[in-house]
Amino acid sequence: MPQLAAEVQRLSLTIEIGGIPTRLHITDPAFLSLLQQRYAGFVSSTENLEIEFDVDITQPDFAAPDAPVQVSQKHGRWSLERGDFQAEWEPSARRGWIRQTVNPYSIDAVLRIVHTLVLAKQGGFLLHSASAIRNGKAFLFAGVSEAGKTTISRLAPPDATLLTDEISYVRKHGSGYMAFGTPFTGELAKLGENVSAPVASLYLLAKGPQNHIDPVPPAEAARLLLANILFFAKDEGLVQATFHAAFAFVKQVPVSRLTFVPDARVWELIG
Amino acid sequence: MSRLYVARSPRVAARSLDGEMMIMSGRDSTLFTLNKTATILWQAADGVAPLEEIVRQRICAEFEVEPAEALEDAEKLARDLASHEILQVSDQPIPQPSATPGEAR
Repeated sequence: MPQLAAEVQRLSLTIEIGGIPTRLHITDPAFLSLLQQRYAGFVSSTENLEIEFDVDITQPDFAAPDAPVQVSQKHGRWSLERGDFQAEWEPSARRGWIRQTVNPYSIDAVLRIVHTLVLAKQGGFLLHSASAIRNGKAFLFAGVSEAGKTTISRLAPPDATLLTDEISYVRKHGSGYMAFGTPFTGELAKLGENVSAPVASLYLLAKGPQNHIDPVPPAEAARLLLANILFFAKDEGLVQATFHAAFAFVKQVPVSRLTFVPDARVWELIG
Repeated sequence: MSRLYVARSPRVAARSLDGEMMIMSGRDSTLFTLNKTATILWQAADGVAPLEEIVRQRICAEFEVEPAEALEDAEKLARDLASHEILQVSDQPIPQPSATPGEAR
């Protein structure tokens, strides 16, 4: 008997960020191709998946396309919503779904949110900062918009490997921390390298008339670190975990203020 | 005036670093840094000791201040912290869970 309805063919793509492979099952070949280009360098062939999402592409019919992000959890199932997407993710099943238009930034937002949730459970976080590896060590450069993240990334010398110019990926590793490259780009619009290294220092960026590094007292360091951690979920337990993670980080990693003139000489102080 | 009891909210995360007490609301992630008086009040807020006793034994011992004036200020402060859900305030002792997840470590 002929089939009345053909099963929709699902194509898939695995994106591995921070050592966490996420597989996206997609029905639209053109969108898959778009994502393969968008996440080049982070596409993985591993079968040890941590997260899987079925992605459904819809027409742009969301009621409030500019609605801000909302992330909440009920009975172990996360609900992620913004004007341009809806998603659910059940960590215990390692599965979820995403409903969005043909827009790679929607997937990007979902990935960022999911990684903040995963990291919060593990004592890590996504940080609003540029990061780079030099001499086998990772350096983070945090700051608000215009603080100099793009500038310091652009000025990086050839022997520095850029991990990101916008969102750093920090995971707890033994008694220290590792920074991973991310595809989450800022103004530089250049993907980070998919590599990692132990975090040696966090610099809080400020532009000034000369280059200098000044220590930041631990309490101020914790406060400023918390101000730069990306976190979207309304969840008391994870908020508390992220708070304590920030304090654990500043106990372990030196935090300094890096005041710099926007030219390449600043990198003489780093590494 | 009836007795007032204060207790640390279990819905926050708190840490003391370099003598600065920082508290984050679990509800909306707002970060608060407490001044010295608020820190004393927070640390003593066990739900058992009346505010009057905390003021007499901890605040008046630390600062040169009249007990009545200190109690008035402490009550205002406690109610302010309670409005941010950092402290719980009651005219009865407040039972505390044996291990508060968000308490200062």
